[in-house]
Amino acid sequence: MPSSATADVCAHCGLPVPPGRVGRDTRVFCCAGCRMVADALRDAGLEQFYRIRTEARPGPDPQTLEHYRPLDDDAFLAASARTEPDGCHRITLGIENLHCVGCIWLVERLPRVVDGVRSARVDLPRGLVTLSWDPARVSLARVATTLHHLGHPTHPDRDADRRAVRRQQERRHILRIGVAGACAANVMTIAFALYGGAFEGMDAELRRVLRLTSLALTVVAVAGPGRVFYRGALASLRGRVLHMDVPVAIALSAGVIWGAVNTMRGSGEVYFESLTAIIFLLLVGRWLQDRHRWSAEESVAALYRITPERAWRLGPGDRTTRVPVVALRRGDRVRVPPGAAVPADGTIERGSTQLDCSRLTGESMPVPAERGDDVDAGSVNLDASIDVQVERVGPDSRLGRVLNDVRSQLATRAPVVALADRVAHVFVLVVLALAAATIAIWWKAGPAVGIEHAIALLIVTCPCALGLATPLAITAAVGRAARAGMLIKSGAALEQLSRDLEIVLDKTGTVTEGRCALVDWIGDPAVRPLVLALERDQDHPFAVSMRERWPALSSAAPVEETSRLPGGGWRGRVAGRRMVVGSPRGVTLDGARIPEWATRATSDAVARGRSPMMIACDDAVVALATFEDTIHGDAADAIGRLRRLAGRIRLVSGDHTRVVTAVGRQIGLADAETVGEADPQRKVAFVQARQGGDATVVMVGDGVNDAAALVVADVGVAVRGGAEASLVAADVFLSRPGVTPLLDLITGARRTMRVIRRNLAVSLGYNAVAATLAMAGVITPLLAAVLMPISSLTLVSLSYRARTFDPPHRDAASPAGGAR
Amino acid sequence: MSVIYIVLPVALLLAGGAVVAFVWAVRSGQLDDLETPAWRVLGDEEADGRSDESDAERAGDG
Repeated sequence: MPSSATADVCAHCGLPVPPGRVGRDTRVFCCAGCRMVADALRDAGLEQFYRIRTEARPGPDPQTLEHYRPLDDDAFLAASARTEPDGCHRITLGIENLHCVGCIWLVERLPRVVDGVRSARVDLPRGLVTLSWDPARVSLARVATTLHHLGHPTHPDRDADRRAVRRQQERRHILRIGVAGACAANVMTIAFALYGGAFEGMDAELRRVLRLTSLALTVVAVAGPGRVFYRGALASLRGRVLHMDVPVAIALSAGVIWGAVNTMRGSGEVYFESLTAIIFLLLVGRWLQDRHRWSAEESVAALYRITPERAWRLGPGDRTTRVPVVALRRGDRVRVPPGAAVPADGTIERGSTQLDCSRLTGESMPVPAERGDDVDAGSVNLDASIDVQVERVGPDSRLGRVLNDVRSQLATRAPVVALADRVAHVFVLVVLALAAATIAIWWKAGPAVGIEHAIALLIVTCPCALGLATPLAITAAVGRAARAGMLIKSGAALEQLSRDLEIVLDKTGTVTEGRCALVDWIGDPAVRPLVLALERDQDHPFAVSMRERWPALSSAAPVEETSRLPGGGWRGRVAGRRMVVGSPRGVTLDGARIPEWATRATSDAVARGRSPMMIACDDAVVALATFEDTIHGDAADAIGRLRRLAGRIRLVSGDHTRVVTAVGRQIGLADAETVGEADPQRKVAFVQARQGGDATVVMVGDGVNDAAALVVADVGVAVRGGAEASLVAADVFLSRPGVTPLLDLITGARRTMRVIRRNLAVSLGYNAVAATLAMAGVITPLLAAVLMPISSLTLVSLSYRARTFDPPHRDAASPAGGAR
Repeated sequence: MSVIYIVLPVALLLAGGAVVAFVWAVRSGQLDDLETPAWRVLGDEEADGRSDESDAERAGDG
């Protein structure tokens, strides 16, 4: 970062102020948002905030540059960056914390902040930034560090290949719509001349030329963009289910062929303007439908792009080198510092620690592990640095196998037959029967008249409105849901959620917070500051939750002679007193005297599903702290309301049965409704056993251990903080924690289904009227061209005015889970 | 009325040109992101978002 940028520091957030952004008075701010917050604090008389948080002030971080150093790796740049003719490099990176126009503005002003950056372009919906920089003047790591300091961490774009495929699809979509629209508009213009001719008389030769021109344009539209309907219709016939594409293909073929015959004959009616409009409108509907699905997938992808991807490999002489996880091989030794995730399956070679395996097993309490124990990739090291001998990496690891399972199950999942498709099935048969009836009725007037009216029927009843009814309603609803913090990947999920439900809740992260909190302290409160001092630098969940509980108690008391307890825990000399803090086993092994009340309290806590921690001072246990994965504040109330919406609720967890039962009781679930000690396979079996009835089985979970069950369930719902696998597997992602968002989801889904049904009723009603008119033989091309847009416009306004998903009533923290 | 025989092909040619231009725009990626440009105009006070070289005149917007 150039020195001019670091000269001024934002008075609110402490980040460097980019040149060109100054504030009022003596203070400077990095952005309007910071100035607004600072003004609001001052107006409310809360300026002491700045004094209080001085300690925690985020200064420029010397490690940040080191963190981004791998971006300058030559191999990485060769693979990911492009060199422009003028020698500049260009690369696309994922970028976080993009929320609004202010963020776009700030990031795109990067060339003013960093010398050597030529341009920065943001792609907001995908959460990407394309940087172009001069490698001779600045390194990419420096650019990334500056962005980080501006509040936008970046990371290599790992989905580049997948996205390239998708971009091609999207471009084809837009091309089809553009070509179809151009054809439709020109045919419509010509049609106006023909309407005029129909009323006022027209030279037969001129009429023939105009009709031939529209015929040519229609053939272009049908053979080009319209091909997708024929492809869809063929697939549907092969699958023996009549799909919406079948009547479209029939109407298009009949309309074009009969129109061509009439043009040559120089008599009868032609419907080219309606045919091209049908193609255009249906393509737009289809694009809307795909677009919402893509954007939901993008948002979810952005959430898990952040997972760790580097490991510390031990070389000869125990020197560590930082390598990408993909470079690890069997037999390698890796060092896992506290706070980091284990990069591969293996055996501990050195050190003992506690591991957080909640992502894999759903067990929320730390698991002790020591030399010789097996560890799984994805578990988080909590306590002390360990060395691991790598056995299985990537797809062979337990985590990889779970992910593979999820992918293969996703591939084999039977598609849901949506309501609109079921309606279409009946619809096609009815329309074909009516067309046959029309020919029969008009047979006496001559076969040509009968066919003429039957063709008119096929075209006016072409399920244009029907084809738009569902996509419009779902697109509008999904857009509203995203603003309320719910990402819905498949529209079918909305339909299924509106039926009878049986809800299977995973305990960790859904009903509970998914992390442990201090619930009880028995014994001498005077030693609390000493315990906090001893655990000052610990990342262990117990230490973290104590710091959260008593933020005011943190002291700067001197700590000496700290060391780890063999059985889990820490000892050290704090302010001159010998402190031992740890598991009952560790403290016992250390030789502290344990009074009778402490033994009783310990077994009592274990019986209630809590984890105890003993505190000994000068060789005698003086206090006992107990920890528990706490239940969300809204859980009990929300479960009560959920019960009225969804007949049955089940609580499943990998935790010990007695923990699950205890949690179930607190939120008003009977013991029979809870299941404990359920590993991933048991969860899948549990969900499968529930399926087959009338009810939709909804699985709600957050961990890798839930992923397979999320796929198997009729609707999988992943909740905030979920692991990569669960995000891939789920149909819906809720970015707000707790059970209340689930309630909002179900209510919204039901409202959406009402809108869909109303839309279908409107379009079927329109088709009934149009079919009657056609059978009566009074449909003209002009009438057909007027009727169609009226029905479509009615549907658009009905869909977008419907209030399906309400914005969250309480705090709307981050609308789309920080994905944009 | 015979003027229509000249005007009609001309009109179709123009439309064809527009379609070709559209196809080129899509292929060159100009329509890949339909959302950000709509936001970008709100933040841009100068017409050209890429005139980033000199910024001396831009102090004082806060």
